[in-house]
Amino acid sequence: MHEQSFDVAVIGGGAAGMAAAVEVCRHNLSCAIVERVSYLGGILLQCIHNGFGLQEFKQELTGPEFAEEQIRQVKETDTALFLDTTVDSMEDTETGKEVYCYSRERGIVKLNVRAVILAMGCRERNRGNIGTPGTRPAGVFTAGLAQRLVNVEGFIPGRNVVIVGSGDIGLIMARRMTWVGARVHAVVEIQPYPSGLTRNIVQCLNDFEIPLYLSHVVSRIEGRDRVERVAITPLENGIPNEEKTFHVPCDTLLLSVGLVPENELSENAGVQLNPQTNGAVVDSTMMTSVPGVFSCGNVLHVHDLADYVAEEARRTGAYVAAWLDNERPSLQIPIRAGANVRYVSPGRFNPERPDKLYLRTLIVKNNARLVIKLDNQVVKEKKVSHLQPSEMVSLKLQPKDVESWKVSEDSVLEVSVQ
Amino acid sequence: MEPLTTDIAIIGAGVSGACIARQLSAYETDVTLLEKEVDVSFGVSKANSGIIHGGFHHSPRYLKTRLEIQGNLMFDRLQRELDFPFSRCGILVVAMNEEEMKYISHLYTQGVENGAIGIEMCSRERMFELEPKLDSDCVGGLHAPGGGVIEPYRFVFSLVESARKNGVKLMTGFNVTSAEWTGDKHRIHAVDGRVVEARWVVNAAGLQADTVSRIFGGEDFTVHPRKGEYYLLDRKTKVCPQRVLFPVPTRVSKGMLVIPTAEGTVLIGPTAVDIEDKEDLSTNEDQLSQILDQARKMVPGVSRTDIIAAFSGLRPALEDPDFYIDISGKAPNLIQVAGIQSPGLTASPAIGEYVKDLLKKAGCRLTEKADYDPYVTKMPRIRDYTPFEAEELLASNPAYGNLVCRCEKISEAEIVEAIRRGHTTLDGIKYFTRAQMGRCQGGFCSYKIIKLIMRETGLRYDRITKRGPGSEILTGSLEENPREVAHHA
Repeated sequence: MHEQSFDVAVIGGGAAGMAAAVEVCRHNLSCAIVERVSYLGGILLQCIHNGFGLQEFKQELTGPEFAEEQIRQVKETDTALFLDTTVDSMEDTETGKEVYCYSRERGIVKLNVRAVILAMGCRERNRGNIGTPGTRPAGVFTAGLAQRLVNVEGFIPGRNVVIVGSGDIGLIMARRMTWVGARVHAVVEIQPYPSGLTRNIVQCLNDFEIPLYLSHVVSRIEGRDRVERVAITPLENGIPNEEKTFHVPCDTLLLSVGLVPENELSENAGVQLNPQTNGAVVDSTMMTSVPGVFSCGNVLHVHDLADYVAEEARRTGAYVAAWLDNERPSLQIPIRAGANVRYVSPGRFNPERPDKLYLRTLIVKNNARLVIKLDNQVVKEKKVSHLQPSEMVSLKLQPKDVESWKVSEDSVLEVSVQ
Repeated sequence: MEPLTTDIAIIGAGVSGACIARQLSAYETDVTLLEKEVDVSFGVSKANSGIIHGGFHHSPRYLKTRLEIQGNLMFDRLQRELDFPFSRCGILVVAMNEEEMKYISHLYTQGVENGAIGIEMCSRERMFELEPKLDSDCVGGLHAPGGGVIEPYRFVFSLVESARKNGVKLMTGFNVTSAEWTGDKHRIHAVDGRVVEARWVVNAAGLQADTVSRIFGGEDFTVHPRKGEYYLLDRKTKVCPQRVLFPVPTRVSKGMLVIPTAEGTVLIGPTAVDIEDKEDLSTNEDQLSQILDQARKMVPGVSRTDIIAAFSGLRPALEDPDFYIDISGKAPNLIQVAGIQSPGLTASPAIGEYVKDLLKKAGCRLTEKADYDPYVTKMPRIRDYTPFEAEELLASNPAYGNLVCRCEKISEAEIVEAIRRGHTTLDGIKYFTRAQMGRCQGGFCSYKIIKLIMRETGLRYDRITKRGPGSEILTGSLEENPREVAHHA
């Protein structure tokens, strides 16, 4: 068994894992990244469109360029890389964790570490999760898999395409499939509003005259061996109107119907999950319910932008360093999702170290107000011109915001949208 | 084309055909297994409940009941020989009211008459002792400890492998289109022009058994497809019972079950709907709600969010509820094996023996082979190992260290083994290894599997299919796409 010791093991070498590792090393701690595939960068490498890096690197980059910047930063540190290596399980020891991994090259790898950062990202929801009836032919792909096939493997998964879901991956794949010579016949969105960024609606659909069907569902997949056509049904007041069902001949159906943090490893290690996010419940330092195990990036909650992921992961790296230095927050008060808010991450707040909160709303609203209440007293408000569930909201709290707050051990912070 | 000559041709490599082939492979006779799909177990046998039944559901007057009881008892030895997932976890029939309890006592009496071993009538208390997750409305039920679950396709794969090891030839993609009797043998033609000549023919063609019977001039009967839809739940679900849960049966079916599969996931279903089209494997929204309702009656808390896949299977039903296994009275040297619906999987090993006896009775000479080897080579699966135990395995073959399918923990070595054993479609590899069968449903691993198939077989990307010709996965490559080049230029 290959055995090595580090201060910190980072599980996952994507945007979150790399940012966390760089920060950990900046604090003169030893760090290892364990990554399943043979390279760093994760899903960034298949996102060859631009729109990355405006916040992190102050320039517009493609996914691979964003990854390249991060890889350069990682290479400047002494981070040990365990590539082509899959973490199997974690065990507690008196001084930390044992992380067991499988690798083709090294065999079984055991890492003895003092802390673990979970940065495994998420997986795509699939046909089974949304329950699309019909046959089970070839030609049904999740959008991310199709993106991988085209952009990394160099294969074209179909010629005549219908896309379910107007999330960003779906929209970007509509354009990508058009560019490789396929015809995209429809993008079908169950909600009455698009799930992706407005810029993607314009640049990926409108510019190519691809029709977007809002308040519609793909109600059936047909075709014995390969997809032959799909049925599309409009929703009226949320109920499918079967009489208005129409069929679109196609050979390919791409599903862009959401992402789920991939926390099976975390769950097996005893980490408690938040059913709202499917990510870990974390305190103000991004530490999970298991001491010494931290979580950041898309495995914690699904982010809109890689920039947000990197920012959150960097903070997490700093928190891990502080925790290893035996620094503990003296007071952490719980944060609740109030009216119209689906979740707030993290779940606890340290008034001595005010920080950034990320949240998602349950509603679409223009000219909205974010209202923060401490023990039912409004302590801060922020105006937001437009809110929708698919766009994550960040809320930065400064020391000056918190100065006047009267916080006790029983305090509760609540964030709501009005 | 030069015809291939054989003593016995078995048409259909589902569980019946596979059991018959393996049974006959113990004798000095030349056997050829003909399958119309690209892989074995791709018909009725791939999509069913996977139950080893407890011997109490059917009346003793049926042949199928006798074969069910006999087949059930054969599974322990088969598992030792053939290494397929099997758990004799037991079966509970759950009664929700006193009316249903009356039927339970009927089932109990019937089971005792049939010779089912160990069955017991259970009080409410006993039921909750056996299965704490039951709905509190349960008033009692029946416990059949001899019942269990297997992975049906894995069973068929192992049977066929064992048969081939003992000399049986397998021809896949062999879709029988016509046949003629030459006076001493059947000449069998496939759609693609291949010809097989056989002294004896066993018709185990499942849904197509009626068509095959007519092709050979045999009896005229009709196979009615009866569809069953299923939903597969993530192994993380909190509702996994310890035993197979049956409701009290209705007149037409055994009802919708909650099944803890031999591999740790949970199946709910099936429905039972008579349809016309023998290729209609679609699923339907309204059936899903029915299945969920029924499952929740027995185990509250079965959640829609636990569902990772839906599928359906077809039962090959005849007018007569019994199996039709007999020497053809019309066609020479033809054995009919039709109407093998539930409990066909349980009965299949006994069907193998029964058909062997029928062949003898019809005059086919069978003498036992001296060198028959009933064992298949066990294939290690990385998921069965702890990291400490796995060291040696990885040292012998490092490809066990490359975990290709994360959800079901399947290594490159296992996928390569599947390909080398002839499973070269995505579905074939899925059924053989479980890769793509977990919660991501292939989202992460299918492209890796495609590349492994290409590497191992030398097939081009456009020859990789989900389950045979027509189900190609990829339609083009960027290297061959002038428009893409133009775009980048």
